[in-house]
Amino acid sequence: MVSFVVFLQRELTLLARQKSDWLNPVLFFIIVLTLFPLGVGPEPNMLRIMAPGIVWIAALLSVLLAAERLFKDDYRNGVIEQLVASQQALMPFVLAKISGNWLSTGLPLVLLSPLVALLFNMESASLTAMALTLLLGTPVLSLLSVLGAAITVSADKGGILLALLILPLYIPLLIFASAAIEAASIGLGYQGQLAILLAIMLFALALVPMAVCSALKINVS
Amino acid sequence: MLFEQLSLQLHPGQLLQIKGKNGAGKSSLLRILAGLARADEGELYYQGQAIAQSRVDYATNLCFIGHQSGIHEQLTALENLRFWRAACDLTPADDLALLASLGLAGLEDIPCRMLSAGQQRRVSLARLWTTKAQIWILDEPFTALDQSAIATLQQHFVTHLEQGGAIILTTHQPLSLQYAQLFALEIHYRW
Repeated sequence: MVSFVVFLQRELTLLARQKSDWLNPVLFFIIVLTLFPLGVGPEPNMLRIMAPGIVWIAALLSVLLAAERLFKDDYRNGVIEQLVASQQALMPFVLAKISGNWLSTGLPLVLLSPLVALLFNMESASLTAMALTLLLGTPVLSLLSVLGAAITVSADKGGILLALLILPLYIPLLIFASAAIEAASIGLGYQGQLAILLAIMLFALALVPMAVCSALKINVS
Repeated sequence: MLFEQLSLQLHPGQLLQIKGKNGAGKSSLLRILAGLARADEGELYYQGQAIAQSRVDYATNLCFIGHQSGIHEQLTALENLRFWRAACDLTPADDLALLASLGLAGLEDIPCRMLSAGQQRRVSLARLWTTKAQIWILDEPFTALDQSAIATLQQHFVTHLEQGGAIILTTHQPLSLQYAQLFALEIHYRW
């Protein structure tokens, strides 16, 4: 527990020093969302229909963008190798990486949802639904992208491989999250979809950190 | 295959120097001994138990510093040391005095990428002054160090061995100090 706190502080220090690591994905998210209304035309009704899917796809891609470099430095300078040798410190390190990744890329997306609602002319019910799905869904995005980053850490050009491995795993998330926003926009209840998102998140939270540790072990040996 | 029919035992107080030409398999042997890689054949035992059973005990009693330093370039010497202290479950101590004794006084607060290769190696090796681990496995610890740092490090090796520790290292430098129990293992290049 002590080591987790120290490791998380280290992640946050690194994020503060390498601002491009988290600022670029957030800016990417905003730019993609601004391009859509320009591309498909400013028809408010059409935008409102398309918004749930677009928001979620932009979120997936921007989190993926942040994931690629996640373990690269620590792999290259031997930190991961030495943590694997020391065994017990690997899990807190992985948990700190996941938390740092969510704080730097997932949380900003949740905070940006009012801006997104403005861009797509969403009503307040849809905005609430979108913020809630992002709050429950972005941890899953972080968990899965950290897993992808761990699997591809020793690959030279891991970026595209990472996307191919991880994007299919996002499908359930995409379906239920956009369904929830859609239901909210036509005034229906969406607790069911949120419950499924929560279940997906808890399931991933329980299993993914162990998978990340194994993936790192395989990559250094 | 890099080597075969290799058998070695290490007891407290002993230093084992692994020698061999470049590419002979010194680092591979160290990685097997540190539990990072698996040998195609053969077993590793710790305190008479196969490593599969004693893995956790072994790992907590092991300090492995590989060819890469384990230093993040964007972090300062102090932050790096703090990270490793947490990773090895050690209580906080006077890191500033330790870094100063290794000739890094005044450099604690600048990112390690601004330090020279030798200074980075000193930051990395500072861990040896904080660790409680008995077994040290060091891959080329003297690389990039100057003569005085090598002398300090070897002096620390002697202290560690006297306290019942054990060291396995690879180096191309002759070990200059008088060690009570120094063994050498030479691996021959086979290709």
